[in-house]
Formats: sequence, structure tokens, C-alpha cells
Amino acid sequence: MKRLIAGLPFIAAVIFGVFFLWGLNPDRDPNEIPSVLISQPAPAFDLDPVPGLETPGLARSDLVGNERPVVVNVFASWCVPCRAEHAVLTRFVEREGMRLFGINYKDKPEDAVKWLNDLGNPYERIGSDLSGRTGIEWGLSGVPETFIVDGDGTVLFRYVGPVVGPDAVERFTQALKQAGALPKGAAS
Amino acid sequence: MVPEIGHFALALALALALVQSVLPIAGASRRNAVWMKSAQATAIGQVLFVAIAFAALMQAFIVSDFTVRNVVENSHSLKPMLYKVAGTWGSHEGSLLLWILILAVFGAGVAWFGSNIPAETKARTLSVQAWISVGFLSFLLLTSNPFERVFPPPLDGNDLNPLLQDMGLAMHPPLLYFGYVGFSIVFSFAVAALLEGRVDPAWARWVRPWTLAAWVSLTAGIALGSWWAYYELGWGGWWFWDPVENVSFMPWLLGTALLHSAIVTEKRDAFKSWTILLAILTFSLSLLGTFIVRSGLLTSVHAFAVDPERGLYILGLLAVSIGGSLALYAWRAPEMEPGGLFRPISREAGLLVNNLILAAATGTVLFGTLYPLILEAITGDKISVGPPFFNAAFIPMMLALVVFMGLGPFLSWKRADIAGLLDRIRFVVVLAFIAALAAWYLLNGGPIMAYLAILGAAWLLFATLREWALRIRLFEVPLAESARRARNLPRASHGMTLAHAGVAVLMMGMIGSTGWKSEEIVFAAPGTEVTIAGFDITFEGATQVQGPNYIADRGTLVVRRDGELVTTLFPERRYYPVAESQTTESAIRSTLAGDLYTSIATPASDQVNNAGAWTLRILYEPLVNLIWIGSILLVIGGCLSLSDRRLRVGAPRRAKQPASDAVPAE
Repeated sequence: MKRLIAGLPFIAAVIFGVFFLWGLNPDRDPNEIPSVLISQPAPAFDLDPVPGLETPGLARSDLVGNERPVVVNVFASWCVPCRAEHAVLTRFVEREGMRLFGINYKDKPEDAVKWLNDLGNPYERIGSDLSGRTGIEWGLSGVPETFIVDGDGTVLFRYVGPVVGPDAVERFTQALKQAGALPKGAAS
Repeated sequence: MVPEIGHFALALALALALVQSVLPIAGASRRNAVWMKSAQATAIGQVLFVAIAFAALMQAFIVSDFTVRNVVENSHSLKPMLYKVAGTWGSHEGSLLLWILILAVFGAGVAWFGSNIPAETKARTLSVQAWISVGFLSFLLLTSNPFERVFPPPLDGNDLNPLLQDMGLAMHPPLLYFGYVGFSIVFSFAVAALLEGRVDPAWARWVRPWTLAAWVSLTAGIALGSWWAYYELGWGGWWFWDPVENVSFMPWLLGTALLHSAIVTEKRDAFKSWTILLAILTFSLSLLGTFIVRSGLLTSVHAFAVDPERGLYILGLLAVSIGGSLALYAWRAPEMEPGGLFRPISREAGLLVNNLILAAATGTVLFGTLYPLILEAITGDKISVGPPFFNAAFIPMMLALVVFMGLGPFLSWKRADIAGLLDRIRFVVVLAFIAALAAWYLLNGGPIMAYLAILGAAWLLFATLREWALRIRLFEVPLAESARRARNLPRASHGMTLAHAGVAVLMMGMIGSTGWKSEEIVFAAPGTEVTIAGFDITFEGATQVQGPNYIADRGTLVVRRDGELVTTLFPERRYYPVAESQTTESAIRSTLAGDLYTSIATPASDQVNNAGAWTLRILYEPLVNLIWIGSILLVIGGCLSLSDRRLRVGAPRRAKQPASDAVPAE
């Protein structure tokens, strides 16, 4: 009995050790937040265009039935990282032929118009989500967030935070290629 | 050239550690005095060579030698000198070198000052200490060489994370590590005792000063880290139950238990195998902390850059040291004879309850910290365990602990006299209830748990003072006689009184700043007025100022009470261009009654797009400074106890010197 009790700390340490060994798996990222939307159909929504902008509004039906998967980016003029990400996304659209749709999240229309006029508008369609309701449907944890949606309207990939910096761009490019969202023969 | 000398010194230190890990312990089993004695020289040689390596790295930081990768990644030529020096231990490699330096310091300390320890015990202890050195030196040399060069050298460095460019945090790691790693020597003593198969009161007495020194540093280190989080992170909180905080807190809890159980082993020759187990587990938890912070196992705001290879190496070290020592414990501990018997109401029983509660609390924190990992491994779900769990599980345990903390010192060894005890504490209990009821009447409102905590803190404070008064017979005999008695009381006894009173003071601060905190977050344009806790605060606007390696937005807040100017506060939001990150510099008006805490952030919301509006966060935290004062009392109490004559028994030649000198401050 006494021997058993003296052995308990050792047994506990071994059990903890096994969990640690499992936790060291290099593919495991404890910071990653799993999205409930991955492999699920994109939520239903129908957003009006941003007033004062010629770009049409965005609805779920616009994402469905496309030849290649498309990208939905949630942005706002008040979000500083979005400004940095804007240049990256614009490059993807212009050089790689990525199709980009926007959800303008909780933004005043006049600010959004000014922002897009200053920086340029790479978006085919932009829905104005003034109430933030659609953001909730998409399960946003913050702005910006970027999704890849395939022709059936299924969400393939979610990127939380700005696609800025070599690592992020690399991950995003991989995801685009895997999804087949880039046309064959595009630059690079 | 200098970095190569540092690198070479590390290799030499490893060679010495290898010799020390074999020769003395072999000498102890063969009764070869020369082999045993060799530990003396190798331990001191080790500390010299590691110190040379540490100095070489520090020199590279001071002169901004950008041919060294570590300096490039963690320093910048424009950084103030203090932070260049502190940059030495700002990275994974540098802090590990500091870790090893402290490990070597404790080993050399035992070699140098442990003349009262029998040669065999000392030889075994130093060999065990060298095993740890070998593990960590090889880890440093094989996976994280701090002296690696980079070619071509860049023109300037990447800067140290600006959050860490702070006085409080520059001092935090050395103190924390001194505590963490200080427990290594206690661990070595425990393993040596298990190998020898003998634990006696003398053993507990040799171990006590080292345990106390480590405990005091760990207390100071944790308090300093908490203070840093309080004024630097800009949230006004001082404890977040973050995994990295928890892993420093667990060795502290268990180390506290160890301090108390070692007293029983020393005075009554009891709790022997339990004390040994605590010694092993306390250092194991320190190692666990090192592992968690450096492996990326859990998410935390404080963790170092993640590298699975390093994680695997440390896990290997953990498996050998923790697994090995616990296996040894399982094998040898049952053979130890139990010591002195005691009644259910006695000093021993009080300390037993103290130990059980502290161990249970440590288990709770360990479980809460690792639960996300365990759950993810079993079910794949990702969760985080936050303050609600810890507050619900931990606080009631601490309240129970406080009850026994107040009671314990009144109890006598072996068998306490219950009637006499009740007679002595009756008055204190009444006083504590009066204090709690008075607080309830005056404050009305606030959580019910807070009043229970006030009751506990008042009980602890009054009981501690009452016990001290009884010892010196305050007010029973003339004051001069009391003063004479106080002088004659062992210093350890004063230390206990101070430390226990410090816990009561600390609790008051925690209760005040959590139970009665007021907080306002406003989007303010210049001219906005905010009223909080009787203060009227006017936001006068913000201006841009230039610092040595940052640019800051500085807000001006004029604080008035009843129309009279109290002070003007200047919170800042700093941007560090090189490191591309921002920090909050809160502005605090500190008084004993409470802190008026202000911080400023640029507006990041759609509700305010008009220019000139800022997000202001203004808090009033009553009594929060008592947390730091209580921590200081704990540290002073520990130091007083460390200087007790009893700890120097057997070393009469050093009797004039306080034992706190036993640890060279290199």
C-alpha cells in the first residue's frame, strides 16, 4: 500500500508527459481558432451596395455557381490593418486573377467611399453590412477576415487577421491554389 | 573574438559539469575523500566559466555587436543602455544562459558555504546539481547557441519587444529565475537524501536557507511581474491567470508548502518523505514552467518564440529529471521511518492542513493550466480556462488556508491545549467579525465573497499580531521588558509574523481592487469630462511627442476633486517604429487609499470617426498598493527568517555574517 502511494507521483508525471509529447506535434498550433464554417455552406445574406459607390451589392447567390472559387474579404475604413491588407489583395486580383468580393463591415458609407477612392477598388461587388448582422452570420472574430468560397457556396478556408507579411501571403497563396481559385497560367 | 570566448567558456563549463556529475558521487560510494572534494573545485569553476560566457554575451549587447545573431534579433543601437543590458536575458537563448548561471551559482554556493554539511551528502548533492547543469548546458550548446554569428552583419538590430523595455520587467526575469532555479539545489539535496536513504532534522536545516532564499526571490519576482502587468499592459489588472503566470505561481505555492513542512522535519523529525516529495515536485514545477514557456505548448501572451525541436529536448530533460527522481522516490521513500507522533490538535496538525491546502491549490492551478491541452488531446475541442474557473476554485481554498494560518502559530508542538487556545483567540475572532461587519455597514454593496475575504484578512492580521503580542507579553509587562523579549525572540519568529501579516495586507489590496473597482471607458474629444470615484477628470487633448526610440501620443488629463486641482496625468500610447509595435504607458495617481489609473488608446471603432477623439480608460482601484506593500512584507519576512541564527548552527566561524550572504550575487 505504502509502495503504491509512493509510486503515484511517478505515474501522474508519466501521464502528464504523454500529453506533453502529444502537444509538441509541430503541426499543432494552439493559437488557431477552428472555424465552424469550414466545409459548411456559407450563410445566407443579401446586402445592399454601399451608397455613393457604383459597385453592386453582395448576396449569397453571387458567391454560388462561379466557375472557380471566389474570395470574400471583410473590411472597414476604420480598420488600420485593412489598409495594409488592401494592397496585397489588390495585387492578387490584378496579377493572379483572383476574384474578390467585399463585405464592408460597420462602416459609414461616406468613409468607405473615400477610402476606396483613395486606395483603389479591387472588389467586384461590395455589400454594406451597417448593422454587423451579416458579420455575426459569418462568425467574425474581428476585421479583417478573408474566406474562400467554392461554386457550391461551401466555405473552404478562413483567414483571421490581415493577409500581410511573407508568412501570411504564403499561407493564403497555398489555400488559393489548393482551392483552385486562381486561373491556370496566371502570373507566377 | 569575445563571443567565441563566451562560447568556449560554455563548453569548458559543460566539461567541468560532466566531471562533477560522476566523480564526487562515485567518491561518496567508495569513500574516496579526494574524489568527493573535487566537487568543490568543479562547482566553483563552473560558475566562473558560465559567468564569463554571460559577461561575453552582455558585452555583445552593450557594444551592439551586430555580428551576433542574438543581438541583432533583440537589440537596437538607439535603445537606452539599461535595456541593452537587460536585452541579454530578453531572448530565449540569453534567458537560458541566465538560468544556467543561477544554477551554477547555487551549486557553487553549497560548495563554498556548506562546510557544515557532511562530505558525502555534499558530494552527492553537488553531483545531482551537476546532472541538471549537464542537461541544460548541452541544451544551450546544441539547440540554442547564444553566440551564433550572422553574416553579413546588418546595420542595425530588430529591437527588443517594446513591452519588455521597462524597468520592472528588466529586473523581473533575474529575480524570478533566482527563485525558480534556486529550488534546484533543494531538489539536489532531496535526491541525494534518497540515494543515501537518510533524512533527519539536520538535513532539513541544511536545506532551509536555500529554500528560503529561492522562495524570497520567487516572491519578489512574481510581485514585480504582476506590478509590471498592472502599469504597462494598460488594463489595470494585476493577475490574469495566464498559463505563464500560473507556471511561476505553482512553484511558489508548493515552495511555500515545502518551507512549512521542512520546519516539521527539522523540529519534530516528522513528515520526512512528504518534505522530500515537495522538494522534488517544487523544482519539477519550475522545470515544467521552463518547458511550457519555451515549447509553445499553450497559448500565452508572454511565451518565447516557439521551436518544436527545443520543446522535445526540454521534454527529454524533464522525463529524465522528474521521471527519474520520482521513480527513485517510489523506490526509496517507503523505507523511511516515520518520525514523531502528534495529536489532532497541535502545531504539526496545523502545518499538515496548511500543506494539504497548498498542495490542493497547486493541483487546482496545474489542472486549470493544462486542462485545455488535455481536452484538446482527448476530444479535439479547443477551449481556454480563464479567471472564472480559478477564482471559483482557488479563492475558497485560500480562505480556508487563511483560517489555519491565523490559528497555526498559537498551537504548540505535539499537543495543544484547546481551552487555552480558545481563550487566547476569542478576542481576535470577535475583533475580526466587528471589522467585517463595519466594512459591510460602511461600504454597502460589493460581492458577498469580498466580505468573507475581509473577515479572513482581518482574522489573519489580528491573530498574527495577537500571537506576536503574546510572545513578547505586550501590555502584560512593562514596555521595556516587552522590547527586551522582542529582541530575544528568534529572527525566524519575527519573520513569520511579518510574512503572515504581509499576506493579510496583500489580501486587503486584492479585495479592494477587485471588489470595489470602478471603471469608465469613453470615446473622448478634447473637453470631455468624466467623473469617477469622486474625481472629475477633464480631457484636454493629446499631442505627439518624440522619445529616444519611439513616438508617442500623450494625452493630458486634469484631475479635480470638489473643484480643486488634484493632479495632471499624462498617459501615453507609444509606437516603436523599429519593432513595429505599440505599448501603453498608463499614468497613475497613487495613494494608499487607491490608484486613479488612466490609459489612452487611439480610436479603433466606427462610432467615432471624427478627428481628435480618443479612447480613454479610467479606473479607480481602491487599496491596490497594499498588494505591493504586502509582497514587500513577505520578502522582508523571508529575509529576516533567512538571517536567523539557527540556520547558521554548525558554522560558528561565520556566525557574525547573516546567512543571506550565503548566496553570492553574481
